[in-house]
Amino acid sequence: MNDTRNTILNRLKAASSDQTMPSARDISNSVNWSSNYTVQLFRTQLQSAHAEIYDATDHSWLMTLQHICRVKHLKNVLLSPATPWGKAIIENSANLPSLKYYDNPVENWKQSLFDGIEAAFTSTYGGIANTGTLILWPDSQEPRLMSLVPPVHIAVIEKTKIYNSFAEAIKAQHWSETELPANMLLISGPSKSADIEQTLTYGVHGPKELVVIMV
Amino acid sequence: MTTKYRKQFSNALAQHEVRNNTENVINKLRKHRLAAFPDQAEWVNLRRHSTAIRVNAISKLPQLLEQLEINLQRNGIQVHWADTTEQANQTVLNIMRFHDARFVIKGKSMVSEEMGLNDFLNTHGIECLESDLGELIIQLAAEKPSHMIVPALHKNRKQIARLFHRQFPSIPYTEDISALAQAARRFLRHHFATAPVGLTGVNFMIAETGTLCLVENEGNGRMCSTAPPVHIAVSGIEKVVECLDDVPPLLGILTRSATGQPITTYVNMISSPRKPNEKDGPTAVHLILLDNGRSRIYSDPELRDTLNCIRCGACMNHCPIYKHIGGHAYQTVIPGPIGTILEPQKNGLDSYGELTQASTLCGACQEVCPVSIPIPKIINRLRWEHIRKNSYSTSGAGSGRRKTEAIIWKIWVWNCIHPGAYNRITSVATSMRRLTDRILAKISPWTTARAVPRLPDTTLHERLKALEIDNE
Amino acid sequence: MIKTESRMDFTRASAGPKPDTVYLFGTCLIDLLYPQAGVSAVHLFEREGVNVIFPQTQTCCGQPAWNSGYRDEALAVARAQLKLFPRPIPIIVPSASCAGMIKVHYPALFKDEPDEASVFDVVNRVYELTEFLTDILKVNLTDLGEPTTVAVHSSCTARREMNVADRIDSLLDQLQNVTRIEPDNAEECCGFGGTFAIKQPEISTAMVLEKAKAIENTGAQQLIGQDCGCLMNIGGALKKQDSQISHVHIAEFLWDRTHKAKP
Repeated sequence: MNDTRNTILNRLKAASSDQTMPSARDISNSVNWSSNYTVQLFRTQLQSAHAEIYDATDHSWLMTLQHICRVKHLKNVLLSPATPWGKAIIENSANLPSLKYYDNPVENWKQSLFDGIEAAFTSTYGGIANTGTLILWPDSQEPRLMSLVPPVHIAVIEKTKIYNSFAEAIKAQHWSETELPANMLLISGPSKSADIEQTLTYGVHGPKELVVIMV
Repeated sequence: MTTKYRKQFSNALAQHEVRNNTENVINKLRKHRLAAFPDQAEWVNLRRHSTAIRVNAISKLPQLLEQLEINLQRNGIQVHWADTTEQANQTVLNIMRFHDARFVIKGKSMVSEEMGLNDFLNTHGIECLESDLGELIIQLAAEKPSHMIVPALHKNRKQIARLFHRQFPSIPYTEDISALAQAARRFLRHHFATAPVGLTGVNFMIAETGTLCLVENEGNGRMCSTAPPVHIAVSGIEKVVECLDDVPPLLGILTRSATGQPITTYVNMISSPRKPNEKDGPTAVHLILLDNGRSRIYSDPELRDTLNCIRCGACMNHCPIYKHIGGHAYQTVIPGPIGTILEPQKNGLDSYGELTQASTLCGACQEVCPVSIPIPKIINRLRWEHIRKNSYSTSGAGSGRRKTEAIIWKIWVWNCIHPGAYNRITSVATSMRRLTDRILAKISPWTTARAVPRLPDTTLHERLKALEIDNE
Repeated sequence: MIKTESRMDFTRASAGPKPDTVYLFGTCLIDLLYPQAGVSAVHLFEREGVNVIFPQTQTCCGQPAWNSGYRDEALAVARAQLKLFPRPIPIIVPSASCAGMIKVHYPALFKDEPDEASVFDVVNRVYELTEFLTDILKVNLTDLGEPTTVAVHSSCTARREMNVADRIDSLLDQLQNVTRIEPDNAEECCGFGGTFAIKQPEISTAMVLEKAKAIENTGAQQLIGQDCGCLMNIGGALKKQDSQISHVHIAEFLWDRTHKAKP
């Protein structure tokens, strides 16, 4: 195996030229948008990708969540009991459906995760306006499958963490100097496909609905 | 001479349903792309930026691969190198056997198509299941993808409805696209939950951080790389980029060029297996780096541009020839203009050289290429290699040389460098035009669809001489 | 269609002053099949006070061999043309495809050849006909013809290699009795491609039939183009279908409509 590696690399090195390339890679595409415009763009882009958006405040978001669960007739919601959001939900769970916690390795309850959970609530690491994107940074508290397996994904995002572009988010959040998570995610709508006649249909393998609460 | 490919192309042209389906989808993809780049200046900038990123990465390819390997291994991802598709297949098989796995669920991967992985694993008693909707359709129909991005674009909903009904008799017959997608969802969900191994392709590999990027819309790529305990990623060695900052421009131009989307629903950036205390994600992640002729392409500075490709499919969407003959007629893993230059280089001009003739050099492919690959220039170069007497770069070079054709060109040269003879011949041809018209009428390939061009009574040389527009 | 900045691009010789003499490179296709296009180009130039030199020993630019991979053969033929244009005056080519061959491909063809340097001298003086009429001569045309409608087919080389596809439109738009109609999929290739039409006749046929249909659907009276290869291809298909649409090169069309016939 090591031989193969060296054979390939040696072939490439033998061919590698000394030509120095014109480095135009640092072209800056930064824009100067007002924060209002950024938030508005984020909203319209996500909406055009079929996501539902709710506006809320630091105080009202729990009521918004209750409203969402009610209108969607959700029987349960998966969440993390460790995040500040999760703690607040648990403290105010009166008008919410049954709360489920991802407190076990997936191997112990995979089938019930796939078959029994109707929705998951997650926080986000930030947002990207020009593509209408949620940044998720899954960890031991909010594992990867939360935003993938349940048919409804409810995410909360702070407006102050919405960046103009992906490039700006990487810079502002210092990704290059941070240990990246096992699986960093950009999510820009519910799951979809256009594989048949290039006609869009939603909810193929991931969530059928993406609901975003902006605070 | 009716060659293998000409027969194949004729057959493809006779399949009117496939041609209709292909054209319908392609027209939509063209429209979507056009709408995605409303600002010409922005497109020019983004394209220049993206081209520079790829050219930079390719120029440092061996160094970046070494850096990538170090960072992936530091992150806990196991790296395997494969010189050939046989080696890559064997590596997958070894991993499967190590985990005692007999089933693999797959996300969309053109490299796995290149490897012929499904057939290989099947012969070793391992079942493969495609989970991308388009790939699933292809697998159920026992066909090959006809497009890199939209693998089943040659099939319309009625054909897919019949296929699903045959394969899943328990599901009622439906031509509703949403219902068909839901049927696939129900069928695959159980397999995502139980598969011991998931396999995907890769869109970009980031050397700086040791990260694998996967873009997709359905969520099946995430499923395959997250739900099973083992994830195998397969990639060509050329997919590396230098740093994280290189990803946003490439990602943006990739999705907009491919389908006109500002971004795909999911961008999945995998940097390690499950970390301690984490509750999901595969405990083992493997990356197989496949060469399969790429380092040979790399050795030629002109042909090297082929490796800049980010597999967006825009060249095929805008190719008039692809539009008419469809993807299957190419009989390659990757069809369309990029396939026309890539496949003969990978697999030899002796088998695939004639593909280089499947181009009018109209330049539509290069015009939309997000990383400015000069496809017509490389086609021209490969045509040269195909008929060249001595050649070095591409395997099967010289295999297309035919004695009669070479003699015709020799005569043509003699005629063109002897103006006296040239002028006499053209003059005779026009003055005896009744006869020449009759001869021309016999060139059947031209005249099946076109009237014979009628010769004038005198040439331009003669007319201008008569007007005394002459040498000074 | 998005026009792109491609690697095929090159800096066009800056629009200089109006020359008093130019060379005409007639192209082999015009020589043999469409001589009146060449004659019309001469008339158009002379009317603007520009003398024309037509070296009688010119033949072909070498493109057919170059595009077929026969580079040595293309080189031999191209080299024979190079010597024909010694004076430092523009060389006008009434075909974007042949102009592109010289302008874009000669530098590659002559790379590392002893006469490489002399190529650039020629390359920098090459203009496609419609480019020269608009950018250098800045012609003002007065239409003397009856009202008519035309469909335009700009060649792929005019569009993507020489980047001059808009010049034919602006020339036609000067003619007040001419209505120009854009066919569907105007930017798509007609399927000629030189030897492509011979080597892959089945695909070429499918392409030209689609193109001919798009032209027919415009209901125009004439098909106009700046490249005789495309015109011969599409025009031949139209004729085979007994279409009423005739085809004519832009030079011939412009001259016919703008000069007073001698009594």
